[in-house]
Amino acid sequence: MAVVSAPRPRRPMSLTRAGVYLVLLLGATASLLPFVYMLMTSVKSYSSVVNNTLWPWPPFGAESLQLQNYALAIQAIGFDRQTGTPLLVRYVANSVVVTLGIVLGSLLTSVLAAYALARLNVPGKNLLFLFVLAVIMVPEDATLVPKVVLMYNLKWYNTYMALIVPFTVNVFGIFLLRQWFLQIPKELFEAAVMDGMGHLRYLISIVIPLSKPAMLTVALLSFIWSWDSFKWPLLVTRDSNMRVLGVGLQQFKSGEGGTNVQLLMAFAILVVVPVLVFYFLTQKQFREAVTTVGIKG
Amino acid sequence: MGARCVAQRPPPELMAVPSARSPASPPVATQPPRSTVHVSAPGASAAGRGGARITRRRLSEIGLGYTLLAPAVVLLLTFEVFPIVYGAYISACDWRLQCTQFVGLDNYTRALTDSAMWHALLVTATYALISVPLQLGLGLWIAYLLYQKVRGQEMFRMLFFLPYITSTVASAAVWSYLYSPDKGILNSALRLIGLPAQQWLTEPRGVFLLAAQSLLGVSVPLWLQGPSLALVSLIAFTTWVFVGYDIAIFLAGLGNVPTELYDAAKVDGASGWTLFRNITFPLLSPTTFFLLIFTVIGTFKAFNHVWVMTEGGPGDATTTASVLIFQQLYQNNRYGYSAALAFILFAVILLLTVVQNRLAGRRVVYD
Repeated sequence: MAVVSAPRPRRPMSLTRAGVYLVLLLGATASLLPFVYMLMTSVKSYSSVVNNTLWPWPPFGAESLQLQNYALAIQAIGFDRQTGTPLLVRYVANSVVVTLGIVLGSLLTSVLAAYALARLNVPGKNLLFLFVLAVIMVPEDATLVPKVVLMYNLKWYNTYMALIVPFTVNVFGIFLLRQWFLQIPKELFEAAVMDGMGHLRYLISIVIPLSKPAMLTVALLSFIWSWDSFKWPLLVTRDSNMRVLGVGLQQFKSGEGGTNVQLLMAFAILVVVPVLVFYFLTQKQFREAVTTVGIKG
Repeated sequence: MGARCVAQRPPPELMAVPSARSPASPPVATQPPRSTVHVSAPGASAAGRGGARITRRRLSEIGLGYTLLAPAVVLLLTFEVFPIVYGAYISACDWRLQCTQFVGLDNYTRALTDSAMWHALLVTATYALISVPLQLGLGLWIAYLLYQKVRGQEMFRMLFFLPYITSTVASAAVWSYLYSPDKGILNSALRLIGLPAQQWLTEPRGVFLLAAQSLLGVSVPLWLQGPSLALVSLIAFTTWVFVGYDIAIFLAGLGNVPTELYDAAKVDGASGWTLFRNITFPLLSPTTFFLLIFTVIGTFKAFNHVWVMTEGGPGDATTTASVLIFQQLYQNNRYGYSAALAFILFAVILLLTVVQNRLAGRRVVYD
């Protein structure tokens, strides 16, 4: 996604260019401001929040950084009634388990299906491929009610199964990987057959290693999507120890976090940081993965 | 167009596969995905072969193929296709844990005569009509500015993208706080410049009414009051989230506009707005079209941030269609009714997509 810039004539910074930078800086500030605000509020005292003090720290105020807010937030979020573990730990664990399950599951099903669609001579596969693409057109809301009922019928309500299994198939993943596999030259397979490999060996020892970028893209897509999931977990879980981070945060917001905003912000920071760290580590790949398909609703 | 999309790509070479030309790059993926169906010419290798050995090999290939496809297909059938059929059944029922009474189309007639549904569609349409042009306009504008070889382009792109990748619930929680009537920074800013504080997310009155009252001190008739401030506040949040995404997509599109065209036009004396109007914008139309459809569908799906920030309130001022479906399901346990609503919404989205295809499709320029 290299961006080739339009050539521009060389001349000193003009008024227009100053305007360009002004707009860009304003936009960047607007993008960043809520994060700064979140971070600042998370280390304020309750009284500073109530009194609406923007900067309670030196040199304008006498307050110290209230880092204990993070510990207080964990206290306020509560504890698991049976085991006594902090609920935040449960939320994080649930989110990690669900995300890992979805990422690995959808990667597996996508790789297998994509390989069959791209390289195996299977009757009716074009029809199947069209079917897979048609599924994209169905909006999530249209099947929300029957899916919830299905979870009850399968006795999956309030279990990890409900949170993970329905999302272990990723249509975009199948599509992307199929395109990628098609680009791998067929001669490579013929050479592999000479070496006595079958399709499965070839897939595992040659195709998959060659497809790391595409697989990373699919994994990132699933990661962001499932880390952000909210509506579905809200519908199919009941117990507080089954909540994922998003649901936990929303419940905290409508409870104690509604008054103790500094604690809510500390919680929000804890939710946001993993994704941000991920983003900074894999910036370009990450952005390309996300811009490939719209995944956020 | 499909065939061209394939032809444009250079023939794959072994060395290029792992690193270059990631299939993830938007211009490829945003094309209608019919493109490469014909590439592998299925069935060709099987034709004209005989012999038991090859047949067995062929059979085992078919077996392997279906085995590999099975997990994905079973999952899709169970969680995407079956629910459509099942949903149709549920929507024809008075559903209490099971179909207690078959009511036929009752849920649909009730939905179509329910003012709540029409109001929800109106709110959704308002939401879309304001936020789509706003998002796309801002996105295109900033992308175009960034494209003009500015310093720190990478940094700007990184910053603009931050809101999009942040967890929606977390950023919505922060924005709720920014909008807070007593503790929020927005009202502090308003007070600082001498304007009356606003209720933001809890304000059902229209923005034109509020503006007229607080700036001019006059009132406007109800029909002129405009969308509620609560809804506009949500739109501001959505814009904040999605502009970075639009910028990234537009930049990718801009990168595909051949620079020779600019050079040629400049020789002819064109500059600035003329260049944009006559070269950039038409050549960008496939990108714009993709974003348009994507954004409209996105606004119809809008849920997470609405639920976190307003739960559809105050009253029903921000009850979008998606929120209404959820409320009926989650709060009122009206499964059949909710399923019927969902299908009506689905039909509206399909209709809109078709209309957009018809309207915009004609004006989109490929190559």
